Amino acid sequence: MSRTPLDTVEHAAATPDVELPWAELGLKKDEYERVVEILGRRPTGAELAMYSVMWSEHCSYKSSKVHLRQFGEKAPQSDALLVGIGENAGVVDVGQGYAVTFKVESHNHPSYVEPYQGAATGVGGIVRDIIAMGARPVAVVDPLRFGAADHPDTKRVLPGVVAGIGGYGNCLGLPNIGGEVVFDACYQGNPLVNAGAIGVMRHEDIHLAKASGAGNKVILYGARTGGDGIGGASILASETFDDAKPSKRPAVQVGDPFQEKLLIECTLEAFQEKLVVGIQDLGAAGLSCATSELASNGSGGMRVTLDDVPLRDSTLSPEEILMSESQERMCAVVEPEKVDRFLEICDKWDVIATVIGEVTDGDRLEIYWHGGKIVDVDPRTVAHDGPVYERPYARPSWQDELQADDANKLPRPTSGAELKDQVLKLVASPNQASKSWITSQYDHFVQGNTVLAQPEDSGMIRIDEESGLGVAIATDGNGRYAKLDPYTGAQLALAEAYRNVATTGAKPLAVSDCLNFGSPEDPAVMWQFAEAIRGLADACQQLGTPVTGGNVSLYNQTGEAAIHPTPVVAVLGVIDDVARRTPVAFQEEGQLLYLLGDTREEFGGSAWSQVIHDHLGGLPPKVDLERERLLGEILISASRDGMIDSAHDLSDGGLIQAVVESALLGGKGARLIVPDGLDAFTLLFSESAGRAVVAVPRSEEVRFNDMCGARGLPATRIGVVDGDTVELQGEFEVPLTDLRTAHEGTIPALLA
Amino acid sequence: MTARIGVVTFPGSLDDRDTQRAIRLAGAEPVALWHKDKDLHQVDAVVLCGGFSYGDYLRAGAIARFSPVMEPLLEQAKAGLPVLGICNGFQILTEAHLLPGTMLRNDHLHFICRDQKLRVENAETAWTTDYSAGQEIHIPLKNNDGQYVADAYTLDKLEAEGRVAFRYLDFNPNGSQRDIAGITNEAGNVVGLMPHPEHAVEPLIGSGRTDGLPFFTSILKKLVNA
Repeated sequence: MSRTPLDTVEHAAATPDVELPWAELGLKKDEYERVVEILGRRPTGAELAMYSVMWSEHCSYKSSKVHLRQFGEKAPQSDALLVGIGENAGVVDVGQGYAVTFKVESHNHPSYVEPYQGAATGVGGIVRDIIAMGARPVAVVDPLRFGAADHPDTKRVLPGVVAGIGGYGNCLGLPNIGGEVVFDACYQGNPLVNAGAIGVMRHEDIHLAKASGAGNKVILYGARTGGDGIGGASILASETFDDAKPSKRPAVQVGDPFQEKLLIECTLEAFQEKLVVGIQDLGAAGLSCATSELASNGSGGMRVTLDDVPLRDSTLSPEEILMSESQERMCAVVEPEKVDRFLEICDKWDVIATVIGEVTDGDRLEIYWHGGKIVDVDPRTVAHDGPVYERPYARPSWQDELQADDANKLPRPTSGAELKDQVLKLVASPNQASKSWITSQYDHFVQGNTVLAQPEDSGMIRIDEESGLGVAIATDGNGRYAKLDPYTGAQLALAEAYRNVATTGAKPLAVSDCLNFGSPEDPAVMWQFAEAIRGLADACQQLGTPVTGGNVSLYNQTGEAAIHPTPVVAVLGVIDDVARRTPVAFQEEGQLLYLLGDTREEFGGSAWSQVIHDHLGGLPPKVDLERERLLGEILISASRDGMIDSAHDLSDGGLIQAVVESALLGGKGARLIVPDGLDAFTLLFSESAGRAVVAVPRSEEVRFNDMCGARGLPATRIGVVDGDTVELQGEFEVPLTDLRTAHEGTIPALLA
Repeated sequence: MTARIGVVTFPGSLDDRDTQRAIRLAGAEPVALWHKDKDLHQVDAVVLCGGFSYGDYLRAGAIARFSPVMEPLLEQAKAGLPVLGICNGFQILTEAHLLPGTMLRNDHLHFICRDQKLRVENAETAWTTDYSAGQEIHIPLKNNDGQYVADAYTLDKLEAEGRVAFRYLDFNPNGSQRDIAGITNEAGNVVGLMPHPEHAVEPLIGSGRTDGLPFFTSILKKLVNA
C-alpha cells in the first residue's frame, strides 16, 4: 500500500480525488463517507487503516452495541464490582483486599483457518487483557465447540486447537482449570474457540488503559512488529467464510508464548515499582487500537513516531505497522523520570522496549512517519464513535415449528435392559464422554494453587496461602437450548454456570460472557442475539451477578447456515477457605445420595434426545432463578458446615450422567431407587434446571434435611454410595468397569 | 539453624515460586537465584525447577545450560553441592552433562499432565533419604519432552550402580527407556526427575497428596545434620 509521495495529512488535503481501497479494508461506503465527514477531507492511507480496523465489527461492536447496553441498564446493585464493562476486563472485589479480574473472549475464525496458532494466540490475547488490568494471571479456561466428533475435519481442527491452547498456556505457567468441549454438526465449518483467564491483584494495583499527563512517554514493549495478522480484525473476524475468496491464512497471527511469559513478568515488576500510569495490550487492531484507546480514555492527546517502532520486517508500510496484529506486545504510559527504570526492567527480562511517543496537552492523536504527519485525528472518533447499527431482527419463521416438535413425545425406553443400554450410549456419546484425553494436555498443577480443575463443576484457585481465600470459575453454554429458545437458553447458561460455582462451595459474584452468533445481517440471527442478551441481562439482574465484560463474536456461519446461537457464560465466585470446597467424586461408601430440586418431564434439547433420537425440538427446561439462588445458598452452607462430602450439578445428561461421573471419579458405585412420583426414565434423563445431587454422611443427614426443609428446597433421598456398580433398583445394574470403558474410550478412539 | 536452598529462575521458568513454597513448607529457607548470577550466594543446595527455559527453543534445556549461573553450579555440584533438577531442570542437568542420557519428545507426541505413580528405587541420595527403597508414591507429571533415553551401556551402568532413582509404575507416560523417571549421579548429590514433587506438598492443592514433601525434608535433614 505504500505509495509515493508519502500520503501525509497535507497530501491528503491536497489530493481529495485519490481513491482509497476502503472496500478492501472492510469498510462500507457510508462508513467511509462518515470518515471523510469527520476529518473534513479524505483520510490518509494510515488513517483509513486505523478507522477500518477500529470500526470493524470485532472492535466496534457496531451491530451489538444497542443490545449490549442492557447489561449496564439492568446491572444489579453489587458491592463487588470495582471496574465494570468497557475496560480490558472487569474487576471484582473478593475480600481481604484482593481483587480479581476475569474475561472470556473468542478466537473462532482464526482457529478454523489455522487451529494451532488461532487457539494459541487466543490464549495470549486474553492473558494480556488480564495483565493490562494490573493483575497476575492465575488460571485459564477454555470453552470449545467443534463439528461432529466423527467428521474428518474435526480431527484436523480439534487436535490443533487443543495443542495450541496447551502449547501456549502451559508455556506461560498458567493452570488450565475449566471449560467445556461440545460437538455439534452446526459448528462444522465454524468451531468456537473461546478462551477465558483470571488474574489476581491487590485493590490498589488496578491499572487502566488511559494516557494522562502531558509529557508522559508512550513505550511500546515486547515483540517486534511484523507482517502477521494484518487486517485480521477487519477481515477475519468480521466476515463470513466464503470458499470463493482467496485464502486468508496470512491474516492469522503467530504466537510466541516464551515472549509472552517474559512480558508478564516484566509488566508485573514494573507495576510493583509503580512505574506505570496507563497501559494497554496490543490485540485486535494492534497499534491502531492501543494508541487511539489510550489517547481517547486519557485527558490529553498523543504524538507517536512510527519510525521508532521496532520491526521484524523493515519493508512494512506505515499502514501495515498500524494494522499489524503481531502478538506479545504492550503499550505503557510512563512518567519521564521513570522511563529509565522501566527500560531497565525490560532489559532484565530481555524484552525490547522503545519510547515511540508522548502524551500531549492537545486533543489529537498525531502519528509521524519519515518526518511527515500521516495521522491527525480525534482519537475518540476512532476508538469510540464508530458506527452503530440498529439491525433489523425478526423471530424466524421456523421457530414455532421447532418448538412444536416436542421431545417429550419421543419413544422412551420400556424395560430395564433398554434403560441400561441407553445409559451406556449416553455416557459414551462424544458430548457426555470423558474429556481427559483433551484436558490431560493442559497443565493444571502449575503455580501450586489449584484446588479443583476439570472435570470438577468449577475450577478453583487458592489466592491467599494464609487464609485459604479462593476463587472459582465455571463456563457454560448450551447452543441446543438456545436454538429452541434464545431467551431461556441464555438464562440456562447463566443458571448452569452459577450452579456449578455454588456446587463447589463458592459464592457466585460476577459474570463475563462470550456471545457467539451467526451473521447480524440475518434478521433471524439478530433476533436470537437480541433475545439472548435480553434473557441474560434479566437473569443477571435477578441473580445479583453483574456482567463485568466479555466479547461478542458474530458472523459464525458457513454460507447461509448459522451456528446455534451460543452464549457462553462464565461465572466467578469466591470461597473463604478452599479447604471447604466440595468435589464431584464420591468420597465414602455408605453416604446417602440426595437429589435437590424438582424433576419434571423436560427433554427438549436434552442430551438424551440428541444421543438416542438425534432430535432437536420442543422447549428447553424451565428456568427458576429464585430456585437457583436457593439451591446455591444450600450448597454453599452445606459445604461450609461440612454437611456434604461431594456434590455434582445436574445439567446435560441429567441425573445419571452426574452419578456416573461422581462414581467413576471416586471409584465407588451407587445404588439408586426411583422416588415416589417419578418414573425411572424421567429420574435418569430429565434435564430440569435448578438441581444437584449430593452425598451426605449419615451423621449429617438430619441436620442437612432440616436445613433443606426449613429453607423450602426439595431434597429427595435417591440412594447410597456403595459397591462397584451403578444400580437402579429393580431396573438394571452396570459395573463401574463397563461404565469406565464406555465413558473414557470414546474421545481417544475418535481423535488419538 | 536451617538450610538455605537456592531456586534458579531462568527466562521461562515456571515452577520457581512453587518450588520456593515447597522448600518453605519443609522448613528450609528458599533463596531466589537469577540465571545471570555469577555466584550462588552461599546456598547449601540448588533446585533447577520446571518450566520452558528459553521457550524450549533449540532443545529443552539446551540454552539455559549456558546461563552464567551454571558455571559456579557445575563447579560446586562436582564438588558435592546437592542439586535437584525437576522436569526442565532435569533436562538442563543432562544438557550440562551432570547427569547422563537425554530427553526426547514424549512417544505419543502430546503434552501430558497427570498424577503419576512412581517407585522410589534409590532412597540414599541427598534428596531421597526420607523415602524408603521400593516405596510407591504419586507425583504430578507434566511435560512435552519427557522420554528418557540413553545408550544400552549407560542404562546398564545406571542399573548396576543403583542410579535409577525413580521408575514409572503401572503406566509409562512418555516412552522412557526402562520406565526411568529419575536418576542420580554417582555421588548421589545430583538428582534429576521428570515428575514434579513441588506440586505434591499440600493436602487439597494440586494432586491433593504430600508425597513430594520428602524430597525437601530429606535435603533439609542432610544439610542441618551435616
